[in-house]
Amino acid sequence: MKILVGYKRVVDYNVRIQVKPDGTGVVTDGVKLSANPFDDIALEEALRLRERGVAEEVVVVGIGPADLTAHLRNGLAMGANRAIHVQTADAVSPLTAARTFLKLVEKEQPGLVILGKQAIDDDANQTGQMLAALWDRPQATFASKVEIADGKATVTREVDAGLETIEAELPVVITTDLRLNEPRFIKLPDIMKAKSKPIDVIELGSLGVDVADHIKTIHYAAPPKRSKGVMVKDAAELVTALKQKGLL
Amino acid sequence: MTKILVIAEHLGGKLNGSTARAVSAAAAVKPDAIDVIVLSDAPDAVAAEAAKIDGVSKVLTIARAENAHSLAAVYAPQIVKVASGYTHVFVPSTTFGKDLAPRVAALLGVSQVSDVMSVEGPHTFKRPIYAGNAIVTVEVDATSTVVATIRTASWAAAASNGSAPVEPLNVEPLLPSHTRFVNLQQGKSDRPDLQGAPKVVSGGRGVGSKENFEIVYKFADKIGAAVGASRAAVDAGYVPNELQVGQTGKIIAPELYIAVGISGAIQHLTGIKDAGTIVAINKDGEAPIFEIADIGLVGDLFKILPELEAAIG
Ligand SMILES: Cc1cc2nc3c(=O)[nH]c(=O)nc-3n(C[C@H](O)[C@H](O)[C@H](O)COP(=O)(O)OP(=O)(O)OC[C@H]3O[C@@H](n4cnc5c(N)ncnc54)[C@H](O)[C@@H]3O)c2cc1C
Ligand SMILES: Cc1cc2nc3c(=O)[nH]c(=O)nc-3n(C[C@H](O)[C@H](O)[C@H](O)COP(=O)(O)OP(=O)(O)OC[C@H]3O[C@@H](n4cnc5c(N)ncnc54)[C@H](O)[C@@H]3O)c2cc1C
Repeated sequence: MKILVGYKRVVDYNVRIQVKPDGTGVVTDGVKLSANPFDDIALEEALRLRERGVAEEVVVVGIGPADLTAHLRNGLAMGANRAIHVQTADAVSPLTAARTFLKLVEKEQPGLVILGKQAIDDDANQTGQMLAALWDRPQATFASKVEIADGKATVTREVDAGLETIEAELPVVITTDLRLNEPRFIKLPDIMKAKSKPIDVIELGSLGVDVADHIKTIHYAAPPKRSKGVMVKDAAELVTALKQKGLL
Repeated sequence: MTKILVIAEHLGGKLNGSTARAVSAAAAVKPDAIDVIVLSDAPDAVAAEAAKIDGVSKVLTIARAENAHSLAAVYAPQIVKVASGYTHVFVPSTTFGKDLAPRVAALLGVSQVSDVMSVEGPHTFKRPIYAGNAIVTVEVDATSTVVATIRTASWAAAASNGSAPVEPLNVEPLLPSHTRFVNLQQGKSDRPDLQGAPKVVSGGRGVGSKENFEIVYKFADKIGAAVGASRAAVDAGYVPNELQVGQTGKIIAPELYIAVGISGAIQHLTGIKDAGTIVAINKDGEAPIFEIADIGLVGDLFKILPELEAAIG
């Protein structure tokens, strides 16, 4: 079985993002970029399935500009067999990302596609579900446990009410939650080895994907700030303050 | 004509409070009609509850055995059939809605607006990106169906004085059988629901262990609060996952939020930005949580929580 993994590059989660004063975007020049944390988890899960003999090949996929290569090399260093770089200079909406993945799925015929539940830049939380819909296959979102056996995936999902388990026939689209696993660190020799692993570069324009976006972003703003509050010196003062506000 | 279809969330025969919040967001569009749709194997009780929500024009039900559990792959084709009569489809931005809405949007061939926090016009909305560190205004093409998830913390629940008619529907698209529900392990708790509670007490890594968390539960019970947690506390196994508050957990807006032994990482703060009053209790006076707390108290939580209980009397 082959596993396709979404491997998106995003602004690192430690960066406190700033909105440009003219409201046309956020400042991304010179900020640290990293793999979307949920995609590191997706890749880790795929690698573990390969190590357990469930899968033979793990392919990382990135959709983005020409300089994405170095990022994809990290995915290869972590252990993916090869990478596909769908190249585009334009911003890609989740629907376009899903349509792009569908083209790759048709070509690669994976048994599993593992994506992050959300990318921490746009926080859209859409791509996996959209891909599953377009592909007409099951989706198992927000996964915290995955078992593959007898042609099906048994997935435990983190839902608002607790933990839900569902069963789905392969091929399946899985999206990862935080507690699925702890991704491994990349070791130096692996970085060397990754240099010889293949990266297929495909122009997005050559895939025949409908890239129409129905949503335009017209303005960016900083969120309203909460003003700094007061400090109290002990429990008694805190109780008095809360009673004054009518909260106790 | 602007017509909005709101998808009801429910579990165990009870309507989830997030539905009335999505109706509030729908009302802000000032539409000609707001219809709520209930998919279930036995929708009557839930439909009766939904019919009471103010502003609802009618409640549609689809009763099918396959709808016993909210599987997105099963619900989506049915909603798509009904959606053709509507300009907007709104779903609460809960794990239910986040799972389902993109599947509906993709089948309709449209993009989705995630986490609507305000309505600026029938096709113009504000939503947070980068863990709430930026707010974008987005405009949906006027000719496309608007599929949106509604950030529940931004909207008060619509009141329940209405009496809309209930109308059973017969839509029979082919439903897939490739996805099956196995079970739901639900945290059993008599405490208020984290997402709707007016008061929440959350514990973080500072609480130290599952056993120590009792002190947080005890204090929460004293003031009638729901219990939440940071990701670190969930990862460490102190509490179950459904208690996680933050960017990748639950986004909440209680009147009172008390953070105990939580440092205040941006991913956590995103989940509580809309709280009325934030109280922080932390032994480190430099902890970032104090930057946004309305009331801060520096000290050891194991000493302070019992003192608070005593002081409340
Ligand atoms: C309004 C708007 C403005 C944008 N502005 C910019 C911009 O200025 N610069 C820019 O570079 N992009 C921009 N984008 C594109 C954006 O960064 C995302 O690629 C796109 O919106 C997908 O959303 P998401 O990643 O939040 O999706 P989600 O649904 O949250 O992503 C879930 C998962 O899908 C997979 N996935 C999604 N996209 C990719 C991808 N490109 N490559 C590999 N895997 C992927 C990953 O596994 C990811 O974890 C913009 C998008 C929108 C809608
Ligand atoms: C992709 C991603 C998504 C994330 N999503 C979330 C999310 O949704 N929600 C979330 O919460 N986090 C999330 N995080 C994690 C976040 O970055 C922080 O790691 C986490 O919130 C820290 O939890 P904490 O404050 O409990 O722990 P710590 O940062 O370790 O803080 C513990 C605090 O307890 C205090 N303390 C210790 N002992 C005592 C005592 N006896 N009395 C009083 N105070 C004491 C310490 O001074 C310290 O400030 C996410 C991270 C990533 C990368």
